[in-house]
Amino acid sequence: MDSLISIVTFIPLVAAVILALFLRGDDEAAQKNARYLALIATSASFLLSLLILARFDPNAGFQLVEEHGWIGGLTYKVGVDGISVLFVLLTTFLMPLVILACWDVTDRVKEYMIAFLVLETMMLGVFVALDLILFYLFFEAGLIPMFLIIGIWGGKERIYAAFKFFLYTFLGSVLMLVAMLAMYVDAGTTDIPSLLDHTFSYGTIEILGIQVVGGLQTLLWLAFLASFAVKMPMWPVHTWLPDAHVQAPTAGSVVLAAILLKLGGYGFIRFSLPMFPVASELLAPLILWLSAIAIVYTSLVALAQTDMKKLIAYSSVAHMGYVTAGIFTATQQGVDGAIFQMISHGFISGALFLCVGVIYDRMHTRDIDAYGGLANRMPQYAAIFLLFTMANVGLPGTSGFVGEFLTLMGMFQVNTWVAVVATTGIILSAAYALWLYRRVVLGDLIKESLRSIQDLTARERWIFAPLAVMTILLGVYPALVTDRIGPAVNDLLDSYNVAVEEAGLAASTDVATNAH
Amino acid sequence: MPTIILFAPLIGAIICGFGHRIIGERPAQWTATGLLFLAALLSWIVFLGHDGEMHRIQILRWIQSGSLSADWAIRLDRLTAIMLIVITTVSSLVHLYSFGYMAHDANFAEDDENYRPRFFAYLSFFTFAMLILVTADNLVQMFFGWEGVGLASYLLIGFYYRKPSANAAAIKAFVVNRVGDFGFALGIFALFLLVDSIQFSDIFAAAPQIGETQLHFLWRQWNAAEVVAVLLFVGAMGKSAQLFLHTWLPDAMEGPTPVSALIHAATMVTAGVFLVCRMSPLMEFAPNAMAFVTVIGASTAFFAATIGLVQNDIKRVIAYSTCSQLGYMFVAAGVGVYPVAMFHLFTHAFFKAMLFLGAGSVIHGMHHEQDMRNYGGLKEKMPYTFWAMMIGTLAITGVGIPLTGWLGFAGFVSKDAILESAWGAHSGVGTYAFWLLLVAAVFTSFYSWRLMFMTFYGRPRGDRKTHEHAHESPNVMLIPLGVLAIGATFSGMLWYGSFFGDHAKVNTFFGIPAEAHATAEAAEAGGHGDNAEGEEAAEPDAGAENEGHAVAAGAAPGEGAIYMSPGNHVLDEAHHAPILVKISPFLAMLLGLAAAYQMYIREPGLPARVAQAARPLYLLLLNKWYFDEIYNVIFVRPVRALGRFLWTRGDGNVIDGGINGVAMGVIPFLTRAANRAQSGYIFHYAFAMVLGIAILITWMTLTGGAQ
Repeated sequence: MDSLISIVTFIPLVAAVILALFLRGDDEAAQKNARYLALIATSASFLLSLLILARFDPNAGFQLVEEHGWIGGLTYKVGVDGISVLFVLLTTFLMPLVILACWDVTDRVKEYMIAFLVLETMMLGVFVALDLILFYLFFEAGLIPMFLIIGIWGGKERIYAAFKFFLYTFLGSVLMLVAMLAMYVDAGTTDIPSLLDHTFSYGTIEILGIQVVGGLQTLLWLAFLASFAVKMPMWPVHTWLPDAHVQAPTAGSVVLAAILLKLGGYGFIRFSLPMFPVASELLAPLILWLSAIAIVYTSLVALAQTDMKKLIAYSSVAHMGYVTAGIFTATQQGVDGAIFQMISHGFISGALFLCVGVIYDRMHTRDIDAYGGLANRMPQYAAIFLLFTMANVGLPGTSGFVGEFLTLMGMFQVNTWVAVVATTGIILSAAYALWLYRRVVLGDLIKESLRSIQDLTARERWIFAPLAVMTILLGVYPALVTDRIGPAVNDLLDSYNVAVEEAGLAASTDVATNAH
Repeated sequence: MPTIILFAPLIGAIICGFGHRIIGERPAQWTATGLLFLAALLSWIVFLGHDGEMHRIQILRWIQSGSLSADWAIRLDRLTAIMLIVITTVSSLVHLYSFGYMAHDANFAEDDENYRPRFFAYLSFFTFAMLILVTADNLVQMFFGWEGVGLASYLLIGFYYRKPSANAAAIKAFVVNRVGDFGFALGIFALFLLVDSIQFSDIFAAAPQIGETQLHFLWRQWNAAEVVAVLLFVGAMGKSAQLFLHTWLPDAMEGPTPVSALIHAATMVTAGVFLVCRMSPLMEFAPNAMAFVTVIGASTAFFAATIGLVQNDIKRVIAYSTCSQLGYMFVAAGVGVYPVAMFHLFTHAFFKAMLFLGAGSVIHGMHHEQDMRNYGGLKEKMPYTFWAMMIGTLAITGVGIPLTGWLGFAGFVSKDAILESAWGAHSGVGTYAFWLLLVAAVFTSFYSWRLMFMTFYGRPRGDRKTHEHAHESPNVMLIPLGVLAIGATFSGMLWYGSFFGDHAKVNTFFGIPAEAHATAEAAEAGGHGDNAEGEEAAEPDAGAENEGHAVAAGAAPGEGAIYMSPGNHVLDEAHHAPILVKISPFLAMLLGLAAAYQMYIREPGLPARVAQAARPLYLLLLNKWYFDEIYNVIFVRPVRALGRFLWTRGDGNVIDGGINGVAMGVIPFLTRAANRAQSGYIFHYAFAMVLGIAILITWMTLTGGAQ
């Protein structure tokens, strides 16, 4: 199977096309068929992606590469390396669970399934694309199904939220497109592996009387930042996320938090850091501080929330702060930790939104004050929610710890101020997460409306089980991830450091000096 | 064998927590308890057979990233061995005790809630986490245990999840501990930066260099060892409830009493002391940080004891007493006599666990009444509990034969050792500590006897019905009391030589390669031939004068379980303390006893009059120096307000207002488009967008390619 990656990527799209073309009617049977087809397609994609993992060699750079000509002189080129392969796995792993999570939706089931299937292909495409234009195509097209999921199946304010989401992310990517064209002009190719070897000029240039240190690299870097920062989202362009989450249906929130947010982080590691090392080194303090502010700021805001989904959304922004800071420390621990944090956050935040979904399905409110004492009637739910709350808090032994710890370790090596500010996040996260858990799950069950609430169904248990297993497994044996990403990150940082040194910027990571 | 000790509680927790539906409640509880007794038995075998050498057992790789490498591994040395027996012994007894204490609980519906297996599973899980903490061979694994016990503590404090006060206390405990962990984590990061490793052995080996390194931390250069030591100690302050981070411990008494005995007296709260002792090779190079440790320890010991004087809840008295005793341990560590800190940790575990379990027995017998003002005259109703508590009180107040040094109850031996060490430091902070600890010793004696007198003596007060139904506890609760009573009586005498004897003995015990065989020989020549044997059976060695000062100059950092630098002679100095110093704790004990006797036996009206006469002072103490209120004003409320402010003003007005300002203009237009999309044009719409993007890209590419 030489086209394994393409097969994995496009199975969902094929299923979507089948649904669109051949499934007629909107009766019970048709809905059932749509659901099952979606489940089968996503599961098949997952099982085949395990083959990718099995064949993957951490030390071999880009592999399983496929390259074909395409319309208009464009190239279709896909493949994986240590940085992308686990994101592919994360996506294929989560999508069957997402489909299961929206099993009870009865409104336009066929279209709903199509939206998720298309979305999966687009997301996978982003991670496997090895051509600039292909990357952009997947990156932007992925917006559409998500936009529709929020706009059609969302809550009351869904139109506002959908457009906020769309505008923020789309406006950012227009700049990225311009940057990509400039890269093509400069390097003469859109091939990502070749671009990684290309050195973009970094001599100071002057535009409109302003001295731009780092020259072309800085400009390109900033253009990419505009796009990725919104996707992450980084402070202060994060405000679309809480609105989008609140209005999105549960399954939409899961995909948004678990996978879509990772596109930005992946972009930073794939493009900004290795392709524009000089600009990254120059502007790293900016990112570090934005991240540290994000962690503290959004954690504080999370403390003030009354809506469960908003609280978790803000906590997501805080956790993405560790990711961006980790990446731009340009240390092995920082970048390893950033990737780990993204993978782990995929499981944890996904699970947390599912936890909200479980009680939202029963009570149709996200208001924290509407709950209390659920442990009395829902012990299994209480246990599961506790597990993911603790993982969110970064308790050692869960995957949440490893990412936070490694990124903070990286930050400390570069800038102790940033590290200290960011580390306060571990106090604040404990406060808001446990406060939420207490108000929803603990206490006596007083509210009349909750008297007959039911514990997890078998389907819900099956959705949570794999997430719980992964959260603990990666927490106890994170080598599953770090062994695969380690060599690629190491190579990346080696060439990064060479480039930075050539540019005459001393890698100023030596905080400690010997007195002698 | 250590691997079995480590995992038996985990297996017990899993079987008990998840398997009770299959095997039934009782068998599940017995499984957990049985496995713990197994662990305890093996721990004693390990402890008694330990040769002082360090052994390392690798279990699994854990976090690996670049040069950072942390394994799941067991580091077994004397410190670990001491902690193993403390943890597993107390834990297994508490498990047994809980059969009685948790038999009926009014907080839970009897039929449909499996609260008992849940309780046992938490206890076993706690034990596992605590064992991970003490067996860690690197700082990250220790941090796992550190936070793991925090989780267990959170779960157990909040065990009565229907009680709002219990839930609040649980969160408080977790968050305040996180403040400590914040420091701990930064300490780990700093050490990794300095040493490029977080393995204990590498850190210890590098300790002398760290002591000479400058670290740029925040706004200026510091001595690296001092920074790291202070950061790590902040972690210890959180876990061990030292002054400023102590507020969670009294509230933690919301948990069931066996939990208080296990977690909040004998084991978890001593983790901070363990950390400081474990890091002794580093601490020895950070004299200022150690002075800080001493000051905080002494202040806590004094401060907590003052509050203990006036509390009326029986558990809170013991809680403050714990806080205070932990301060004693830190003083010992702070002046550089780590063996004595461990000694007090060891003896304290026995008598404090027993006091808590005894209090639990009283509470159990009094139908969950905890206010001592409603006790009185329970001596006849609960004779066994009374005698157990009496032994505990004799131990904590320090009853023994003065000037022998070792002939007395456990607390007598170890507490005297601490006071002598503080004196022997011959430094400003040492003297400060000595006097505060001495006053604290008076208070300790007073509040301990006050507890005894109010509970067991005098006439019954409070609800008459409760008193009529007061009863002695069942045997499963009394047996653990008996076992602990033996420990509280003899542990001090038996191990005096090992922890606070002459250098050769202490060195052998902790596996410090005493620099010269000559010294060991000299010791043997002096008639101490049994030190090579293992100390367990050894008679306490009164001949403490024998130590040679040269002995101290010996091992390199990290070669033994603890490290005392060549310039550290406090242990010797302590032995040479003047008679007045040596006898002072005993006099303090008598003074406290006399005062308590006067106020609660001879003249029961006196306390009220004293409280009236010194009302502001009384209120200050009763309200715990207003720490909770102050923290509420300067931390909790401002943080909440800031959160709300950032949300409504920051996110709402500034960011959304600014960035969306432009976009808002187009939203109405787009909304209309979306409405159309909704009414059936959705696919046209989506298709148009994809097509649009594709055309855009193609065009751009082609024009770009033309250049």
